[in-house]
Amino acid sequence: MTPASTSASVSASVRSSRALTPLAGAAGVALLCVSVALAVTLGPADVRVADAWSVVAARLGGEPSGLSAIREGIVWDLRLPRTLLAAVCGAGLAVCGAVMQSLLRNPLADPFVLGVSSGASTGAVAVVVLGAGGGLVSVTGGAFLGAVCSFALVLLLSHTLGGSTDRVVLAGVAAMQLFSALTSFVVMTAADAETTRGVLFWLLGSLSGADWTDAGVCAAVLAGALLVCGGHARTLDAFAFGEDAAATLGVPVARTRLVLLSVTALLTAVLVSSAGAIGFVGLVLPHAVRALTGPGHARLLPLTALAGAVFLVWADTLARTVLDPQEVPVGVVTSLIGVPAFVLVLYRTRSAR
Amino acid sequence: MTDTPSPSDAGTGLRAEGISRTAGGALVLDGVTLAPRPGTLTGLLGPNGSGKSTLLRVLAGVLAPDAGVVTLDGAPLPTVPRRALARRVAVVEQHADTQVDLTVADAVRLGRVPHRRAWSPATAADEEAVRSALARTGLADRAHRTWRTLSGGERQRVQIARALAQEPRELLLDEPTNHLDIQHQLDLLALVSALPLTCVVALHDLNLAAMHCDHLVVLREGRVAAAGPVREVLTERLVADVYGVRAAVTHPGPDGRPHIRFLGTAPRDG
Repeated sequence: MTPASTSASVSASVRSSRALTPLAGAAGVALLCVSVALAVTLGPADVRVADAWSVVAARLGGEPSGLSAIREGIVWDLRLPRTLLAAVCGAGLAVCGAVMQSLLRNPLADPFVLGVSSGASTGAVAVVVLGAGGGLVSVTGGAFLGAVCSFALVLLLSHTLGGSTDRVVLAGVAAMQLFSALTSFVVMTAADAETTRGVLFWLLGSLSGADWTDAGVCAAVLAGALLVCGGHARTLDAFAFGEDAAATLGVPVARTRLVLLSVTALLTAVLVSSAGAIGFVGLVLPHAVRALTGPGHARLLPLTALAGAVFLVWADTLARTVLDPQEVPVGVVTSLIGVPAFVLVLYRTRSAR
Repeated sequence: MTDTPSPSDAGTGLRAEGISRTAGGALVLDGVTLAPRPGTLTGLLGPNGSGKSTLLRVLAGVLAPDAGVVTLDGAPLPTVPRRALARRVAVVEQHADTQVDLTVADAVRLGRVPHRRAWSPATAADEEAVRSALARTGLADRAHRTWRTLSGGERQRVQIARALAQEPRELLLDEPTNHLDIQHQLDLLALVSALPLTCVVALHDLNLAAMHCDHLVVLREGRVAAAGPVREVLTERLVADVYGVRAAVTHPGPDGRPHIRFLGTAPRDG
């Protein structure tokens, strides 16, 4: 190969990888919009896309939609916030997973690896079952407090144990076990059958309680977290060969780790507080997207967010329609769909391993 | 790419003075001074555990010394901004490995991290530095190979290419020839010694060091046992003292450089 053709092929690859992002990004956004629009129309009450659109227009100050108050309520108060919360949760969990996996250099890392979900569960159960907070703290608030406690414990433990990434993971596993045990203990000793069922549903993840406040708070935190993580995209690339290598590339390793762990833990805590611990999205979607886009975070993070959003919108739509009128916890659906899909992705990329 | 220091900022380069460092209660480095001459290749020798890797990590600014100071053009390392340091000093680690499915070009592009700001796309200068680094390490035709498919020698070349993409003036290498066959060892050191950079390379093989280095610094138990031009440092006495090995040093050897033939172990005092 002549130097000229080599240089052409190298810069061509640089160009093609750059050109891919806007195109794939635009396609992803379009897919997400279509998914949300379709998801809102699906369910026991028959709503067409045009109806949903006129409801949105009416609520945003346009002409009256002409639909009955009940159907307007179904669109505006139930399906739309729920679908948007699904999109936000999917995007957030998937991005958290991608960041954790790169930062901790561990393919098994997910948003819950630092014990955040277990802490949230304990907090929620403490409020629901034990009545902690004396009615002043909501389930969401209790879950958030529990998640923050758990993350603080993990940071403290990992710092005490030496601060390296494997210690962070081990501290996370320890916290996860501790809070899971606490949750089980509380549920087994204090809860009646009906409460246990409610708690279980929440533990498996569910978007059934979604309202505009949840969707708004989660979306705002997601936007902030995406900005921070996006600003660290190149820094995350630099972690590929480990923390020392990142340091010699000019990355402030300890500060970056603290910032990214805190931001992802905060986002996870907020999401889990609203929707429970929806498993699988954060663990597997980053791998699937990485297999398609390559490891560069400037591409990986936005596309993972879009993929997570679309995936969870459809998983939740299935969860609420497939056994109608009964609802399946969305975490069950994500795993039932996701595991075969993940195996397929691993199988198709096996030659690279 | 700036190959030689411009006259306007002809500083003193990278210098370590009186470096001491403990690890787990033991003194790993004890008052080590190292001042590699700009544009030359300095070999860092010494038995296992003599402090070579620790010294390189201190020089790279990854590890802070307990005593002593490392300076870059006269400025103590803690006062040099991290990114500025990474644009001056590049490091090739001993066992760089990753689970990430990078291509060769991806890995080399990491060398541009200290040159780029968050959110900014790659510039023409970035692409040119990557292209040039690939060409200089003979990897241009392998830019799209993935890390997993590379041999040990190719991986070390990729690391050197990544370091070159940083456009450093100082390059630190920690036993880059470990686990390579003899041809790749020779190729790699020929490549490094031809670079117009100030290089410090930790090595185990004395003959490789004799062939390629301009200067040698020999560490023993964290102290400098000898330092200077190759022919002055590599003596039968030094090999016996530092490594506890009897050797016959022929100078000049077949290639005009000192040649060491090992004869067996010797008592340290002998």
